[in-house]
Amino acid sequence: MSNSATLMGLDRRLVPLAGTLALFVAMVIFGAVSYDAFLAPQVFLNLIIDNAFLLIVAVGMTFVILTGGIDLSVGSLLALTTMITASLLQKGSSPWLVIPLVLVIGTLFGSAQGFLIHRYRLQPFIVTLAGMFVARGLCYLIDTESIPVTHPVFQELAYARLPLGPGVAISSGALIAVATTLAAIWMAHATRFGRTVYAIGGSARSAALMGLPVGSALVRVYAFSGFCAALAGLTMTVYMLSGYSLHAVGLELDAIAAVVIGGTLLTGGVGYVAGTVVGVLILGIIQTLVIFNGTLSSWWTRIVVGILLLLFCVAQKLIESRAEKSR
Amino acid sequence: MRAPMNNLLKHALFWPAVTLLLLIALNAAMNPGFLAISWRDGHFYGNLIDILNRAAPLALVSAGMTLVIAARGLDISVGAVVAIAAAVAAVVIGSSSNLGFAISAALGVALLCGLWNGALVVGVGMQPIIATLILMVAGRGIAQLITNGQILTVYYSPYDFLGNGFLFGLPFAAVLAGAVITLLYLLLNLTPLGLFIRAIGINPMAARIAGVRAKPITLCLYAFCGLTAGLAGLIISSNVKSADANNAGQLLELDAILAVTLGGTALTGGKFSLAGTVLGALIIQTLTSTIYSLGVPPEVNLVFKAALIFIVMLLQSPDFRASLKKLAVRPAER
Repeated sequence: MSNSATLMGLDRRLVPLAGTLALFVAMVIFGAVSYDAFLAPQVFLNLIIDNAFLLIVAVGMTFVILTGGIDLSVGSLLALTTMITASLLQKGSSPWLVIPLVLVIGTLFGSAQGFLIHRYRLQPFIVTLAGMFVARGLCYLIDTESIPVTHPVFQELAYARLPLGPGVAISSGALIAVATTLAAIWMAHATRFGRTVYAIGGSARSAALMGLPVGSALVRVYAFSGFCAALAGLTMTVYMLSGYSLHAVGLELDAIAAVVIGGTLLTGGVGYVAGTVVGVLILGIIQTLVIFNGTLSSWWTRIVVGILLLLFCVAQKLIESRAEKSR
Repeated sequence: MRAPMNNLLKHALFWPAVTLLLLIALNAAMNPGFLAISWRDGHFYGNLIDILNRAAPLALVSAGMTLVIAARGLDISVGAVVAIAAAVAAVVIGSSSNLGFAISAALGVALLCGLWNGALVVGVGMQPIIATLILMVAGRGIAQLITNGQILTVYYSPYDFLGNGFLFGLPFAAVLAGAVITLLYLLLNLTPLGLFIRAIGINPMAARIAGVRAKPITLCLYAFCGLTAGLAGLIISSNVKSADANNAGQLLELDAILAVTLGGTALTGGKFSLAGTVLGALIIQTLTSTIYSLGVPPEVNLVFKAALIFIVMLLQSPDFRASLKKLAVRPAER
């Protein structure tokens, strides 16, 4: 690393991540100063428990955005997973059959989108938009009403808590989210697949000229995002104990926001799964702050997320133009 | 004899027009009264008139979207702008009962939203999808802030005219959309504006070097797109006599993009057709009406729309056409 690639002694690629972390710490300090019970460990664990499905989806989305693409179908695919799971369980299928089945469906759904994007060079935006319509429409074909989940295995998973200390516990969904995140960090930084993803984001043409398997990696990126959406769907089925066509409407926007706030460049090539985790935590803490305040209405969450998105996108542009000047 | 036929097949509007006619024919076959238009209570009445009325907001927004896409942009915030404009109109009417003031306030705010998007794209240099994502996320929050989280009902009968009134026997919303789009068409074809937009869409850098003021033009296109969303917001809220910050214009951005694509406008910019977009909007609305009359749950509409997107998108892809050609040519070679 030459001097020109650093900013105040920090690797330039780490600047957005550092900004995100600083923002998170600032929000925690603000919360701690304003509200007495804010620093309780359970408040922080709840950030992960209540946003487990968002975290899982956002982790998958990080890989997609790292390649310079986007996946708008995740929210609908999540809802479809809850519907398939709930309706199959209602018909008496074994959960040990249903769980792998929906994960396979999600992965295949994602692969199909990836195939169209890679093989016919279609825009990811429009392909996954159509995917979003398909998945949401299929939900309504299954049922327009909410289907309750009463299977004992799901009930047990829903109420299971792993105690981490006195009065502090974590849910099964949060554990799955943490495991997914760790696996994704390993995939991004210790596997050939991860390296190819970063290379595609840098420049797909250069990556292809280097002999990297660009096509199969692209398909696998969307397959992974589909898998994550299905896994998040299972987590939400457990969390809500129901399948519903209107679950997770607009979740794709939250996931994209979390990835961007987490410091991943939308042009691809630069970003970290760890940043996405902080991005999800920031979205969660905004909600927590709004709830702790008590007088603010729920729509402030959306407005604040929009403002944060704006700030981060402008900051990204500033960093980019600086990098160009220093070249 | 062969050349004119080929020309017709290759005309940009051929496939959208055929799709629309097929859909209408399908409806007419299932429901013999579908094509009937009668005169009732001083205006035309019938399924086709109803489709015109309901397609008006979508056609307006899609027209704005066409220009933005033609100049290599995208505006995914139009649904949120519809909600904001509807909220502003409802609040102003609720407090002042002044129709002119309410309409200008709503359109003014919508114009500001468009300028905001344009400034982020042109001034800051963000990717259009991200720049407009910001307003898409924050916009419904802002609309809820304006309506204080409630669905505002408009108790002011002159306001109903926008979405339910009739002019020259035709629905006012359709007349309004037709007038705006015709004016736009004339503006694009009688002034160099259409040429400039094509130039920007094909190669922004080359357009700028050739002396096209790309930045101000692009800014104006986003502003215009915001304005059309504002008009659509007025029509939609007037039609249901209320402003619903959560659901007004829900998924409208996607329908508009679909209408634009169906009409033959390339999502990569440069090539666009306003007439095609109008056909696209009519196709979407006719499809919706068809699904209602088939007795299928209306939500399944999404799957049909998705199928349409897949077909159009694959037909537009040069790679897909190439592989189709291979399939078609192979038997002859044997």
